[in-house]
Amino acid sequence: MADEPKKIDDANRRQFFLKLGLGSLGIAAAGSAAFAYQYLEPNVLYEPSPVVNEGKPDRYPLDSVTLDVNSAIYIIHSQEGYFSLSAICTHLGCMTAWKPELGIIACPCHGSKFYVQAEDDHKPGDKIEGPAPRPLPWKRIWLNDDGDLLVDRSTDVPPMTRDSLVRV
Amino acid sequence: MAKTIDQYFDDLRDTRVWRSIFRSGTGSSTLKRALAIQQNVFLHLFSTKVRTRMLSLSATWYLGTLTLGTFVILVATGIPLMFYYHPSVPQAYADTKDLQFVVSSGLFLRNLHRWSAHAMVFLVFAHMFKVFYRGAYRAPREFNWVIGVILLLITLLLSYTGYLLPWDQLAYWAITVGSNIASAVPLIGDKIHFLLLGGNAVNANALLRFYVLHCMILPLAAMFFVAVHFWRIRKDGGLYSHASEPATLRAQTAGDSAAAAKEAQ
Repeated sequence: MADEPKKIDDANRRQFFLKLGLGSLGIAAAGSAAFAYQYLEPNVLYEPSPVVNEGKPDRYPLDSVTLDVNSAIYIIHSQEGYFSLSAICTHLGCMTAWKPELGIIACPCHGSKFYVQAEDDHKPGDKIEGPAPRPLPWKRIWLNDDGDLLVDRSTDVPPMTRDSLVRV
Repeated sequence: MAKTIDQYFDDLRDTRVWRSIFRSGTGSSTLKRALAIQQNVFLHLFSTKVRTRMLSLSATWYLGTLTLGTFVILVATGIPLMFYYHPSVPQAYADTKDLQFVVSSGLFLRNLHRWSAHAMVFLVFAHMFKVFYRGAYRAPREFNWVIGVILLLITLLLSYTGYLLPWDQLAYWAITVGSNIASAVPLIGDKIHFLLLGGNAVNANALLRFYVLHCMILPLAAMFFVAVHFWRIRKDGGLYSHASEPATLRAQTAGDSAAAAKEAQ
């Protein structure tokens, strides 16, 4: 009788250490997973600046669409003013092209087409047809102190607002 | 009397050096031949005995073996290609061109690597169709089918990661489109896209990541699962299930099976 409680005590101690050991391994595994995830996610990117200088507004004639291939944006000078559309198709990321003969923007990969002119029922960037799920986003555009047009490619802004339209 | 070539080989197998490497001993008894398989690290996962009919062309069309063959060619040609290829933005495309026009036999190695890659994808699909229509995925081979699906995915990922390495327009836009497909995963899609490319766009980080995946991580994963795949074939009782054969063929070989059952007793 005197031995029995001690036996139960032993088993509990063994279970305790087993749980402690497994628990520590579990914590170490979770820590390693978090460590691996953080390691694989770069903290500094050596990518081009999202803000690009597109030069003086008078480079762009009225009713013109200009593709900056290196920055993957359009600078469009319309009656309303200057604005910038992303040239990256919202379907799978191909670079779209301006088709002056049709007056639209078209993607060579899967055939999405986008409006450039504003009408009653659509704005520039809206989809005409194709698999693209969203309109081409408008990018933040402004004039700096030197009178150059600057575009922030990392910031999407609502169309036809103060941030997305520059009037000179 | 002059010795025959076979006798020279017998003498060689009796030497102390040979016996220290191959411990199963000489002789062609069933036991010795079985031991030769069982005691070899590369062969031990094979059955010690196999029916010749199981190894006949009609059983598998050798599609799985041919797939392994293309994989071996890909490893054998891929490693020499790595001696001349730098996975960096300024050099990758130029190195690919050098391999084609400057390096001796570079064109041969690169083309062999490319065509074997295409052949491997084709053979994996052919192998899976054969297994499917033959009913060889059924019990007890369900798990080996699952391993096979993992190997299919690894094959496709190897193809996909290798596609970026020439760093030409085709590669760049294919990976741009492909990685954007990964963004379509709900909730974590953009995170996967960022981790896969090591950035927001196909760039130096993406090239290096795809290179490491293509030359290191995915081939090792493939070898691991191929080993399990082959081991399971043997443990699951051979290359295909007898029950899945046409009734006429089953009737023909019924005598065979009865003899085998008797032998087993």
